[in-house]
Amino acid sequence: MTIFVIQVLNSFFYAAVLFLIAAGLSLIYGVMRIVNLAHGSLYALGAYVSAWIVGSAVGRAVEGNFGLAGVLLLLPLGAIAVAAVGALIEPTLLRPLYRRSEEYHLLVTFGLLMILEDVMKLLFGRTPLSAGAIMDQMGSIPVGRLIYPTYNLFVVAVGIAAAIGLWAFIYRTKFGVILRATSQDRRMAAALGINVSRVYVQAFAIGCFMAGLGGAVVVPAQAAVLGLGIEVLILAFVVVVIGGLGSLQGALVGALIVAFVRTAGIQFFPEIELAVLYLIAAAVLLVRPTGLFGRA
Amino acid sequence: MTLLETVNLKKYFGDTRAVDDVNLTIAEGEFISMVGPNGAGKTSLCNVISAQLNPDSGKIIFKGRDVTHSSVIERVQAGIARSFQLVNLFDDLTAFDNVALVIFSRDRKIRNMAALADRDREVAIEADTILDQFGLASKRNEPARGLAQGERKLLDVALAYALRPKLLFLDEPTSGVSTREKDKIMDIIASVVRGEGITAAIIEHDMDVVFKYSSRIVVMHQGAILAQGTPDAIRSNDDVAMILLGSSGPDAFSRKE
Amino acid sequence: MTMVMAVPAGTSIWRIIIGSAIVLVILAILPRLVDPYQTVLLTYGLIMAIAALGFNLLLGYTGLLSFGHSAYFGAGAYLVAFIMRDFGAHSMELCIVGGMLGTLIIAAIFGFVCVRHTRIFFGILTLALSQVLWSLAFKFFWVTGGTDGIRVPYANLTLLGGLVDFKGAGSFQRFIYAYYYYVLALFAVSTIIIWVIAHSPFGKALQAIRDNETRARFVGISVRRYRWIAFMISGTFTGLAGILWVPLNGLTTPDILYWPFSGEIVFMTVLGGFRSFTGPIVGAMAFNYLKTYAIASTEYWQLLLGVVLVILVMALPVGIVGTTTRLAAKLGRSTK
Repeated sequence: MTIFVIQVLNSFFYAAVLFLIAAGLSLIYGVMRIVNLAHGSLYALGAYVSAWIVGSAVGRAVEGNFGLAGVLLLLPLGAIAVAAVGALIEPTLLRPLYRRSEEYHLLVTFGLLMILEDVMKLLFGRTPLSAGAIMDQMGSIPVGRLIYPTYNLFVVAVGIAAAIGLWAFIYRTKFGVILRATSQDRRMAAALGINVSRVYVQAFAIGCFMAGLGGAVVVPAQAAVLGLGIEVLILAFVVVVIGGLGSLQGALVGALIVAFVRTAGIQFFPEIELAVLYLIAAAVLLVRPTGLFGRA
Repeated sequence: MTLLETVNLKKYFGDTRAVDDVNLTIAEGEFISMVGPNGAGKTSLCNVISAQLNPDSGKIIFKGRDVTHSSVIERVQAGIARSFQLVNLFDDLTAFDNVALVIFSRDRKIRNMAALADRDREVAIEADTILDQFGLASKRNEPARGLAQGERKLLDVALAYALRPKLLFLDEPTSGVSTREKDKIMDIIASVVRGEGITAAIIEHDMDVVFKYSSRIVVMHQGAILAQGTPDAIRSNDDVAMILLGSSGPDAFSRKE
Repeated sequence: MTMVMAVPAGTSIWRIIIGSAIVLVILAILPRLVDPYQTVLLTYGLIMAIAALGFNLLLGYTGLLSFGHSAYFGAGAYLVAFIMRDFGAHSMELCIVGGMLGTLIIAAIFGFVCVRHTRIFFGILTLALSQVLWSLAFKFFWVTGGTDGIRVPYANLTLLGGLVDFKGAGSFQRFIYAYYYYVLALFAVSTIIIWVIAHSPFGKALQAIRDNETRARFVGISVRRYRWIAFMISGTFTGLAGILWVPLNGLTTPDILYWPFSGEIVFMTVLGGFRSFTGPIVGAMAFNYLKTYAIASTEYWQLLLGVVLVILVMALPVGIVGTTTRLAAKLGRSTK
């Protein structure tokens, strides 16, 4: 029974991280119809930057003066860095290609993936970078006869907060209205005086921020390693395929489904747990290509 | 002999009655024009007859057979071909290849992977003949994308014609071209169609074109057939004039100089 | 963009035959002129050219961008490994037949599923399915050797039904040369077959489907069925490349099933120019050299290749062949 509770908590933890990544991917696709193959690498970049900041002199100084709370506040810096990178990428690499067919987006973002993977190798080296100290410091809570890291619960809280925040942002703010209008009909939005270029770069930056945040919150629990981005991208795809490309609810529900299936898979059928996930994605694409909540 | 007959054909989009209980008969050899204001249902009717849309109810009988539930390909094979108002060409293939392809498909040669398409003399001769009939011979080796609008409209019709259909349904073959070109295009289409005795139904907005070439005019309004008859009969039909032009009287249809 | 021909339209078939023959003769002489390492490199280039040609039947001619072709390359390689290890077979011909059959079946199944969609969803579907294979190769390590993979020693191989074997002294040298000509022959045959298919009525139908799916349907073409057939042919030839690759590499690992390898296949095709017949061949060979020398010169070769790809997409979308053809056309016009 205890193990069951722990597995459920693990699933929620995993789902929170997946949600952050998938929400970003979905947002970018929803607004700009771009599938960003480098999205996973941006997540990895967020993980690396956050781990690096926390482990650096600055990080240790903050820890010395402000303790755990201070260090936790440093984590989002990784996300902000990734958002900045996104704000650079969109106008330079993506904007010139909007007129061209979608295949070119896949190609240029694949090139970007290759660049980012090596940039991370260049900046951070081959050894994994972790911020495990944070996780240790937060201790654990008892679950039955076992204990569970408190940090994981913190991540779940971040995931929930992000979901609520993103939902409020998109559906309750003026910018959210502009975002939705632009995603539905970009020419009309432009005709109404909306600066579509600016909306695009902002949407892209937000999407990148989400990916980076995913990496930032995961790195205390799981070290940043080379190839992390490539691995995670496929899972993010599975999430948005199931949930529906372009849908926020879809990203949430998809993340939960994938997380639970993965956790159950690792427990009961570890050899094919990944295969099962990819097959589910393929099945959803066949039966309902727009996913559970997506629009065409 | 009746070639096409629609029986109580209906296609609704929610509350919109795109095709509202239409009973249309087309006899072999006729050259009918379908006219009506925008939204009258002309293109929807064409879409249903060509199987691009499925009717909600009613029947379509072609050459005595019920084809109501057949697919696009089955309808093409039965002998119904259509052209498109918004030109639908194979843009990156040459004009010649566009036509040749249709011939290959028609003659069931399209599955052949082991022979070179360019080496088929029969198909080449026929394709060149068709291009010539449509005045496109000089653009034979030009990618369809590079043709002028009038030429593209003609090629669009040529592709439908290349299927050697029993019924040719043309959706606004002269739309989007200048008035001068319209006559030229319609002359070519009419001469080809008449020359081969093909039954044709043309959706058209230009009443001068319609009066000049049609043996029968079918006026549609809000999804239903309002009136049909010879050009003279339609010309003197006040209801029709009202619907199409907003005014009636003997001079309603003459072109204002 | 129209299918750019490296030779202008209307060029007689004899000029194509003579031109190809010249290229073939050059390729045949090269091993005598260069060292064994270069010969091996050239062999890899020809192998990837087959993979890219197969891939481009789907992209350039049918308009479908697959991001999962690593599945067929990898399937071909693993099938050879299984045939040799588990059936004790030595004959390369057996491996080729068995491997291509297996790859065809996989391509038929995957393709049937994938062609129900186009564009982005098609791409993601191909990606997801290739990952299924990768995860199986990765996890079922007691069958596939996991990340260690399966060895395919050339010494166990025979060519031409047993006529040529590689045992005894100097066998590695002999293997390199014999295998080069073997691959060259298969490359020539594959190129001819794919060329004929691309220029057949069937090939024209694929291009029609690429250009205008709706009109293709309205002139009587079964769009889904033809896409499926193109998918199967495409996958099988990429599978052949994997089959030929593994004896040379000596080893097959899950890496060739991993999705970035699919990206490489796309990369090399686009590098050469996917809107021409010869583009994929040029691109595959160029990419092969590019990657080899990049890896040799810097630890950050992925960065280098990534930059090349980005520049390619932004500035030279028609690839090497496309760009040279355009330049040649311009030069031809300006000298008139």
